[in-house]
Amino acid sequence: MRPTAVPLLLATLLTATALSACGSDSGSDPDTVKISFKQSTDNSIKVMDTYLADIKEQFEKANPGKRVELVPIKAPDSEYYTKLQQMLRSPKTAPDLVYEDTFLINSDITSGYLKPLDPYLAKWDDWSQFIDTAKEAAQAEDGKTYGVPDGTDTRGLWFDKAIFKKAGLPADWQPANWADILDAARAIKAKVPGVIPMNIYTGKPAGEAATMQGFEMLLYGTASGANESPLYDPASKKWITGSQGFKDSLEFVETVFKEKLGPDVSDALDPNIATRVRGEFLPEGKLGINLDGSWLPQDWLEGSGHEWPEWSQKLGLAYMPTQTGQAPSKVSMSGGWTWAIPSKASNPDLAFDFIRTMQTKENAQKWYIANSGISVRTDVAEDPEYVKAQPGIKFFTDLVASTHYRPAYPAYPKVSTAIQEAMEGVTTGDSSVEEAAKNYDEELKTATDNQVIEK
Amino acid sequence: MTSAPPAGPGVVKTAPGPAAPLPPPAGRRDVRRALTRALPVSPAVVLLLLFLAGPIAYCAYIAFTDLQLTGQAESSFIGFDNFKAAFKDDAFLNAVWLTLVFTVLSSLIGQNTLGLTLAVLMQRASKPVRTVTGGIVIAAWVLPEVVAGFLLYAFFRREGTLNAVLDWLHLPSQNWLFTLPILAVSFANVWRGTAFSMLVYSAALNEIPKEITEAAEVDGAGGWRRMWHITLPMIRRSIGTNLMLNTLQTLSVFGLIWVMTRGGPGNRSQTLPLFMYEQAFQKSMIGYGTAVALLLLVVGSLFSLVYMRLLRTEV
Repeated sequence: MRPTAVPLLLATLLTATALSACGSDSGSDPDTVKISFKQSTDNSIKVMDTYLADIKEQFEKANPGKRVELVPIKAPDSEYYTKLQQMLRSPKTAPDLVYEDTFLINSDITSGYLKPLDPYLAKWDDWSQFIDTAKEAAQAEDGKTYGVPDGTDTRGLWFDKAIFKKAGLPADWQPANWADILDAARAIKAKVPGVIPMNIYTGKPAGEAATMQGFEMLLYGTASGANESPLYDPASKKWITGSQGFKDSLEFVETVFKEKLGPDVSDALDPNIATRVRGEFLPEGKLGINLDGSWLPQDWLEGSGHEWPEWSQKLGLAYMPTQTGQAPSKVSMSGGWTWAIPSKASNPDLAFDFIRTMQTKENAQKWYIANSGISVRTDVAEDPEYVKAQPGIKFFTDLVASTHYRPAYPAYPKVSTAIQEAMEGVTTGDSSVEEAAKNYDEELKTATDNQVIEK
Repeated sequence: MTSAPPAGPGVVKTAPGPAAPLPPPAGRRDVRRALTRALPVSPAVVLLLLFLAGPIAYCAYIAFTDLQLTGQAESSFIGFDNFKAAFKDDAFLNAVWLTLVFTVLSSLIGQNTLGLTLAVLMQRASKPVRTVTGGIVIAAWVLPEVVAGFLLYAFFRREGTLNAVLDWLHLPSQNWLFTLPILAVSFANVWRGTAFSMLVYSAALNEIPKEITEAAEVDGAGGWRRMWHITLPMIRRSIGTNLMLNTLQTLSVFGLIWVMTRGGPGNRSQTLPLFMYEQAFQKSMIGYGTAVALLLLVVGSLFSLVYMRLLRTEV
């Protein structure tokens, strides 16, 4: 027995070592550029895949001997970040180019996952075409830029013209302040039974949609100056507690749900609310006013599964007014995605060449149109072909001038959750505005390591 | 595992005699024999150490650091801070409480009792009834967790099957996932996991010799008394095993609850695995999340200890 046991043991040990060594194959080939991007979880949506396949072809043709390897990550947003961050931790798994949401880019910069692009950008003529706010979105506190934005989004009010007609409201509706929005919703509630007067995303199930499409669209409208951030004070680098604007915004949410102007609370807190709004409530004419993002038509394009080409006749668009209509009278929030190069990438130069191929004017324009994206490049924004490509695109592109980017610092995801919790409290009626705001202040202190300032 | 009991009376049979020449060689032979015997299992031990103990040890270490997935340049050792933070965190305490409610409702009471009842009933049922019932119950078990979650989401949601049935019966309908989320997910877990208990108990019941039950019947013992005095004591060990396996499985249920409620509304169905996920992957606090995972391990071992005692008791 013993003579066979020894070789057996040795063999097993060898296998074990071989197995554990499996991961150490870095596969870094100086001629291959590896690109990670977020693939849609909906198999029928291939916008990104098609676009990248096209660029890959162009790139390989223009750079003979170089190869592009696409590494799709098929996951919902939050899981995509997690997976990506795990890949970025090690040089063995880090790709050469990654698609990063501006929501988390600062976190990843702080972690040292990304490479500053300034030396590349300085030598790149097209960079001057990018608008300043978009450039800032991928800029860290150290003043360096870590990503090239490939578009942005803006937010506003979508409304159903047929419902408005029945409620006696104008087809070219444009509220001047918050009170006008609530009045319109009340009119719908009184005159058009059976429909949801208005939707505002709220609570933890809606996630970042609640924070950004919902709360921040209100909160940034409480500021008195165009550049004032009511969430974060850039001068002291501290987060703001105890602000009246925060309470006012919570009060707006409370009013919507207390007066039953919004969806049924249980629908509002359904994790699938955003999909239902786009796929069900709006196309079926069940929703009067919807505070939402510029990307909605993406879902209604041909071949998307919920085709609704006539949306542009059925729906109207209005910008979100500031609280009392004070200057600058409109408010919007912007996010978007950027292409970034990991600090552990093996072929950063090649990766930047790929960015340059993606961001020729023609290719960028192709992408914006395919993706219902909002251009952050002035040359594309002025191109008549882009403006004509889709109804509503001009409206949302014009909002870029009055938009705000989130203070997407490392603490932001936690701050965002705290906002969602406060919203949820007033939505269900579990807490009053005062209590919810107080809880938020407490949470904020924990989330930001006490980096707070009272205003 | 257990502390060795002090040698009781009768254990020491040989008095420590004067220096005996035999023991040392015997000891050497023992060692050699032990080594030879250990050799065949050593590959398995090495693999276990490498792939099981290694990651667990690493996790235990991470639980004592402030490691984050993102947003931090380097992590540092912070001792028991994560654990202290957990016990001060209302959301954590809420998750512990909900985990206990979920486990007691769906595993101890639901899966276990229902599984036993089904097994007893099926002993008496005709073959076709047995096949059909067994088939349905096992189908629920075979379904992947996520699929089961979607099915039950469709069953409980406001426009779902359950409310349609209630409407039809002219009973008031409810939004179950909103008003009673922890009850809804507990029910879902019962639905999904009962088959396992049923199989365990069916096997155990088949082991009971027919003569004993028949003798009791002849003696005039009714159904309940037979159950209480004969069947239950005889399958006691199976009850222990089943409870332990069920509980451990229920403690780690994630997909089902995630699909049905995501732990909401608010935190009203956020059990420990969901809380852990939120901390580690949504708020990026890997260190804290791992600490919570270790605490979950403690809860699991506490349950296991209780059941192991139950198992050890002689019938």
